[in-house]
Amino acid sequence: MSEFAQILRDKKLDRQSPDTSTMIDNITTDQVRRHLAQPPGRYSIDRLMALLSPAASELLEEMAQQARQLTIQRFGRTVQMYAPLYVSNVCVNSCLYCGFNCQTEFSRTRLTIDQAVKDGKVIASEGFRHILLVSGEDTKYVTNDYLAELAQRLREDFSSVSIEIYPLDEAGYKNCFDAGIDGVTLYQETYDRDTYERYHIAGPKADYDQRLDSYDRAARAGMRRLGLGVLLGLADWRQETLALAEHAAYLMKKYWRSQVSFSFPRLRPAPHVAEEYEHLVGERELVQMMIALRLCFADAGIVLSTRESAELRNNAVNLCVTRISAGSKTNPGGYSEEDDSTEQFVIADDRDPSEVAKMIKRAGREAVWKDWDTSFTA
Amino acid sequence: MEKLKIADKEFTSRLFIGTGKYSSNADMAKAIDASGSEMVTVALRRVDIRNENDDMLAAVDRDRCVLLPNTSGARDGEEAVRLARLTRAASGINWVKLEVTPDPYYLLPDGGETLKAAETLVNDGFVVLPYINADPILAKKLQDVGTATVMPLASPIGSNQGLTTRAAIEIIIEQATVPVVVDAGLGLPSHAAEAMEMGADAVLVNTAIATAGDPAAMAEAFKLATEAGRTAYLAGKAAISKTANASSPLTGFLRD
Ligand code: SF4
Repeated sequence: MSEFAQILRDKKLDRQSPDTSTMIDNITTDQVRRHLAQPPGRYSIDRLMALLSPAASELLEEMAQQARQLTIQRFGRTVQMYAPLYVSNVCVNSCLYCGFNCQTEFSRTRLTIDQAVKDGKVIASEGFRHILLVSGEDTKYVTNDYLAELAQRLREDFSSVSIEIYPLDEAGYKNCFDAGIDGVTLYQETYDRDTYERYHIAGPKADYDQRLDSYDRAARAGMRRLGLGVLLGLADWRQETLALAEHAAYLMKKYWRSQVSFSFPRLRPAPHVAEEYEHLVGERELVQMMIALRLCFADAGIVLSTRESAELRNNAVNLCVTRISAGSKTNPGGYSEEDDSTEQFVIADDRDPSEVAKMIKRAGREAVWKDWDTSFTA
Repeated sequence: MEKLKIADKEFTSRLFIGTGKYSSNADMAKAIDASGSEMVTVALRRVDIRNENDDMLAAVDRDRCVLLPNTSGARDGEEAVRLARLTRAASGINWVKLEVTPDPYYLLPDGGETLKAAETLVNDGFVVLPYINADPILAKKLQDVGTATVMPLASPIGSNQGLTTRAAIEIIIEQATVPVVVDAGLGLPSHAAEAMEMGADAVLVNTAIATAGDPAAMAEAFKLATEAGRTAYLAGKAAISKTANASSPLTGFLRD
């Protein structure tokens, strides 16, 4: 068992338990106040438990004020812009919640390098300099060589390229890093082993531990940015957040050269998916989760995608968000093709990037299109 | 109170003691006794480590205390490595407090040389406790190469100025995965308490005790202060009044 898997097990966080829930439910407002009175930005599991508790929900405004102050103190008034580029919706896995699930039938699309570069040009013309390459688990086509070559080509237009694809081995990550890919986003989806098993019924992704270890491999390969998250809706969000925070704390201490960020993907309607979810997370809870994580991790990136509504995003930029996507298309070729291929999920904020940038400005923030340059590392 | 674990050893006391600057070995023995310390550092250049009857060594109760040889006097990494190896060959002790201090006036540690020497000594099987400037990045690099602790200075050695490097030590404590021992510059028991309240795992004191009017009494005061600071840290400090500045609400958009 890997070092982190052992940590999760020792802390009883790799399986959700009614005991933990009861513990969180029993936290009092006074206890929350005590944690809020301590300097914000430091993680301890007790502090996070308190901030996630139902009792803390009553103190959300106070928490929000602290989170905002701390974010400005550590990041300034900036919000970094990025856009996803979906390169393939072929997938060998069958995650029950996903529209790219290999068991659903629709015509699959893979972008050739040239096609992907064409989409990239559109994204670059909108102002973006940070791009995130997204793909299903398509190991046959979206290979290491494909990624490396694509990254090399995109470097003409982008100053930073990240990937959100299937887990690679360490050599694979290193290869990508050398080609100019400097960030990896990967969601464990759920830290609860039973839920994980239930939703990942076949394919390589069914291996919980293999996925959990990927973050170590990416960090060892030198990746500068590690994006973490859970898919909100699969299991109790409070317990998921505790496991997620432990993961972040572990990675931050062990691989201190990499920056950890959190994303908050909430389950959204997706084509061909008819699942009903027991643990859907409401807006208020989502905001509490974001703020609680900020108050425990002063320097973590907090990312918000176009899965969320314009109204929520308008307000969240003033809370603690440091990175935001805009104008996203979640279907391969979606930026340059007229004809729409199947989307992974339906986006909720469809404003174009310049409108989002204006919104950020109105909120008293500055949209930053470039804050890194791949040529520093590759 | 829970024990401090360093490498494979456990300590009840979180006060480490140095052996320099005492007016007599008898005073030193009394002070060590009163301090309750279980870890005593000794400068290799001062003692004949081979000889159990060496005056200074004889004054340390070896049943109660771990003897921690230090490499003080080493001006570069190579000298420190050589000193450590000689000691181990002579005494069988493979713990070493790594000190590389090229500057003979302020005795400030050389981070680059310390890191190099630490890596060599860890690979050599030593348990390495490096003395460093309060430099958070250096602390991380040292723990990456496998040192058993990091020992940032509170202020220049022997200066008794207390925690002048507080902000940097706070970062080291927050980020370290190995015990943090605040070393050098603690001049008063209240300084030791302050370091422990911040969450340091232990403190190392020499000059302030050795040169006090009554070293044994001062040693006891440091012992109590160290314990008080630790207890306070574990208790969780109370808030310094902090109410959120009222400004326009940030969560008003949330509907219940
Ligand atoms: S979540 Fe990823 S791995 Fe799972 S089916 Fe969708 S694209 Fe494939």
